[in-house]
Amino acid sequence: MAHKENYTILKDIIKIYLPEDVSVNDISEDSHFINELNINSANLVDVVLDVEDAFDIRLENEDMDQMQTVKDALQIVDKKISEK
Amino acid sequence: MGKRVVITGLGVCAPNGIGISDFTTALQNGKSGIRFQPQLQELKFGCQVAAEPLVKDNLVNQYFTPLQLRGLNASGIVYGVIAGTDAWKDAGLSIIEDSSPDWDSGVIFGTGILGVDKFRESIHLVDDKNVRRLGSTTVSQTMASGISAYLGGIFGCGNQVTTNSSACTTGTEGILMAYDRIHSGKAKRMLTGSCSDSGPYVWGGFDAMRILPRSYNDNPTKASRPMSADAAGFVPGSGAGALVLESLESAMERGARIYAEVLGGAVNSGGQRGEGTMTAPNSEAVQRCISEAVMNANILSTDIDVINGHLTATAKDPMEIENWSMALKRSKLDFPFVNSFKGMFGHCLAAAGSIESVGAVLQLKHNQVFGNTNCEKLHADIEKLVDRSRIPTQTINYTPNIIAKASFGFGDVNACVIFKRYSD
Repeated sequence: MAHKENYTILKDIIKIYLPEDVSVNDISEDSHFINELNINSANLVDVVLDVEDAFDIRLENEDMDQMQTVKDALQIVDKKISEK
Repeated sequence: MGKRVVITGLGVCAPNGIGISDFTTALQNGKSGIRFQPQLQELKFGCQVAAEPLVKDNLVNQYFTPLQLRGLNASGIVYGVIAGTDAWKDAGLSIIEDSSPDWDSGVIFGTGILGVDKFRESIHLVDDKNVRRLGSTTVSQTMASGISAYLGGIFGCGNQVTTNSSACTTGTEGILMAYDRIHSGKAKRMLTGSCSDSGPYVWGGFDAMRILPRSYNDNPTKASRPMSADAAGFVPGSGAGALVLESLESAMERGARIYAEVLGGAVNSGGQRGEGTMTAPNSEAVQRCISEAVMNANILSTDIDVINGHLTATAKDPMEIENWSMALKRSKLDFPFVNSFKGMFGHCLAAAGSIESVGAVLQLKHNQVFGNTNCEKLHADIEKLVDRSRIPTQTINYTPNIIAKASFGFGDVNACVIFKRYSD
């Protein structure tokens, strides 16, 4: 349940950063942020900050490096929440 | 023989009107954009009145994508994008979605300092050892060229995209830089203009210099009094103005409406020598700038029908009028009509030259000379040089052919541009 909720929250965060030729429906758990969703790599920095705010967690540089796909992000979020 | 250069688009985000239609009505009726600012009172400013455009959120949404609006905290960018986009559309130009840029179009859009509020936000984060939280747009919102970068990106411009900065001369200088680029054949069209942020961090330095009026906090619309006997200092302002300059042949090819022709002009500096300092103009340089503008435009000084001055409402106004009189060798009834729009919207600093140039050009379109607000009693030294009838307090119907616009700025820098009614 929490996983589904987190996924919805994450999708909401991501959608604002999608270029015009990518729709919200294109987002899946396997989507790669840069290669598939075409999110500008500079904006990935903002996605991370939004994720921190939404889940009240802090992501370190190595977390960011690992965050390639939506699934990666969800796993990191789960891990950070469980460590709280 | 260089290319002839015309103005085909105008846009403005001014304290007394956003959009050309509202701005025109405001200028025609002497509507003030100067208001009491509670924030300046709270911060114990001497001058607690200022002029800033009233931009509503739903208007901003028409110019920026939701992504661009994320964390946007740079008022100059908001004003500049509104004015620049309006000018671009007013010229009948579309926003190309091609993957290839428009190599013939460029942007020269100036500012004094940009994204001050964003910068303040960043300073707090950095000082709190939280640099990681700055986000990705801190640089683009606070770099001076942020405004030309935003505009160039929106329109896909592939020619020169840059930002000029010469204090209060910025906007007028930018028009001449754009003119040069088109005149020399290096671009077909240039979006030019300038913007200036709002707020205490921009205006504070001027308050500290005690050059802003302090006795009009209860009477904001009367605070800015260019050329008047009781001028008490300039009212700080903000906003943006924008013009599309284009080669005549490109405008003809597109069947674009032509507001006016830019005949040329001049920029120079007094070098902070003689009476010139960081903050005061060298009169010889001002006069040379005006004379050179007349020469470069290939007109006679007697051809000038209207002057739109810098005229900020400080003690320097009589000196400016004297400089115009000396440079043009004209006085009394022979002096051109002269006006300053600063009585209505104060001194918009880096944005002044472009907002006021937009207003100056609108006088050609509407066959009017817009009135001078708060100038019922002329300064005695001005009255000695210029017949009262040449400084109208109300908008008059008159068909100007040639208008000279000048701006002067800190650093002892000057710019004068000559606009002419278009005729083949």
